[in-house]
Amino acid sequence: MPAHVDAALPPPTIRPRLAATIAGFGVLAAACCLLAPLVGSTSISLGRAFDRTIPFADNVDAQVFFVARLPRVVAAALVGSSMALAGAVFQALLRNPLASPDTLGVSAGATLGAMIVIAFHVDASVFGISAVPVAAFAGSAGALAIVYAMSVARRHGTSTTVLLLAGVALSALLGAAVRFIQILADFTDTFRSVRWMMGALDVGSYNQVVASLVPLAVAFTAIFSMTRVLDLISLGSDAAASRGVDVRRAERIGLVGASLATGAAVSLGGPIPFVGIIVPHIVRLVVGADHRLVLPGSALFGASFLILCDLVTRTAFGPVEPPVGTVTAMIGGPFFLWLLFRRAL
Amino acid sequence: MARRTWLAAALLMAAGVAASAQARRVISIIPATTEMLFAMGAGDRLVAVGSYDKFPSEVDRLPRVGALLDPDVERILRLKPDLVILYGTQDELRAQLDRANVPYYSYTHRGLADITQTMRALGERVGIAREANALAARVEADLGAIRARVAGSARPKTLLVFGREPGTLRNVDASGGQGFLHDMLETAGGADVLADIHQQSVTMSTELILARAPEVIIELRYGRSDAEDPRDARAWDALPSVPAVRNKRVYILHGEEFVVPGPRVAGATERLARVLHPELRW
Repeated sequence: MPAHVDAALPPPTIRPRLAATIAGFGVLAAACCLLAPLVGSTSISLGRAFDRTIPFADNVDAQVFFVARLPRVVAAALVGSSMALAGAVFQALLRNPLASPDTLGVSAGATLGAMIVIAFHVDASVFGISAVPVAAFAGSAGALAIVYAMSVARRHGTSTTVLLLAGVALSALLGAAVRFIQILADFTDTFRSVRWMMGALDVGSYNQVVASLVPLAVAFTAIFSMTRVLDLISLGSDAAASRGVDVRRAERIGLVGASLATGAAVSLGGPIPFVGIIVPHIVRLVVGADHRLVLPGSALFGASFLILCDLVTRTAFGPVEPPVGTVTAMIGGPFFLWLLFRRAL
Repeated sequence: MARRTWLAAALLMAAGVAASAQARRVISIIPATTEMLFAMGAGDRLVAVGSYDKFPSEVDRLPRVGALLDPDVERILRLKPDLVILYGTQDELRAQLDRANVPYYSYTHRGLADITQTMRALGERVGIAREANALAARVEADLGAIRARVAGSARPKTLLVFGREPGTLRNVDASGGQGFLHDMLETAGGADVLADIHQQSVTMSTELILARAPEVIIELRYGRSDAEDPRDARAWDALPSVPAVRNKRVYILHGEEFVVPGPRVAGATERLARVLHPELRW
């Protein structure tokens, strides 16, 4: 039986709520996408920015809008959306509220990839994309491959316990490797890697944004094909199997999809913390636990959340900007503690 | 009797000071102070250097004893130094040397004027004050000559970049309004576009680069394998409204001397002045 047998068109009862979820979070995301490029550390004239009679090379306002702000907002939307969606999938598959792109070592793998490129001066760049995001993506894929291989090696089907433990152990191991390379690297390279690890969305051009669209499209398609399956799996794999779900196949699709989304997001913006953990929790507080609502809600709210966090870094501390990861952590950390306290977990 | 004991103690202390003032077995883990000692003619007193020391070539024959983050205390003590030059932030190493009763000189990166001040203090400490003073005076005179030479010229608004992600304008690290790089730029006749930001380094967003609109951009390259890739400088073409880009005044300068605040600082400053003021005859 196919894994996503129940994931056909939503039954009629969910449709009004799905429409309300998409409309509510969608309006917020659209407002963030439209308004965020209008605000920044400098003031610009929108009329001048869109004035086609002024050559682009001479139009500072147009360059601030189209080169400095717009790609950054688009990057924030894509990264926030991907990380939140991946977090929702990991939490459902592993049945663990703490699960996030960090849990399976995917972020640590990406960090190691980036660190190797920075420390060993792989200065190649293709179509304006440096080797750093490419290596980060490869690192995240490698980490997932190791963790997944371990979880299926000893038994028929995926062991979520082994996945979690292997992920935590691999994160620690890869983290140690990163620190070892940092010690060996030039001082400035270590500084660069630390900066990268705190996350940055100032991509400066559209090349990298466009390059991330292919893996993200594949990941989003895979994840949205299994909304109903995730509901069943989050109740337990036996319960899901008894309802006709091919659990192993579903887990594989979910893990690969979520990891692909994480890899593409981390390669674009660095390992920005907490987005993957707190956004799905906030969405669940609003719409409940049904993944047909949680997934689109997380994707839309993740985009809004990161655009707003980046807006804070762009405007609140000028002219110097803190890394966006510090803002997401400062908001996400206390919120998560509150969530734990409130639920008395 | 008591007077004699005090006198003997005073003599012994004076001898101790004299011994430390004539350091013969020096360990310097800081490239700047290593270069200073060689330039003062005291290179033969070095028994070990730090991991990042590369100049002059004589350092290659000396053992390495770690650096800022990973000083090898065991090797340092085994070499029986009578002076260790360390960074001011290395509290742990300082405490260990204190316990082992090994004298040390604590160094901090600061502004351009502090470089020659450090030379004099270090020379005093090692016992070669005359040579140190001569070196410091020479560096000061060279810097003064550069200052005088560019004094009559207009000062272009300049961005001094010392790091960014290759091929892109991500994570552009530039010199802020403090530190020796800022001072070198001002001495070379440039007006630092980040002078108002009182930090040694500033990570710039694309918007900040556009807002500051530098007339000259100088990128410093000094890493192990910072190979020249002509495509790399083209990353700046994404911001054609920046005067430096429009007028093709983006320069990439290679050399470790830009990031080692030692005796080569005047030469490095002159290299900056040459690209900032091509109208002058050098």
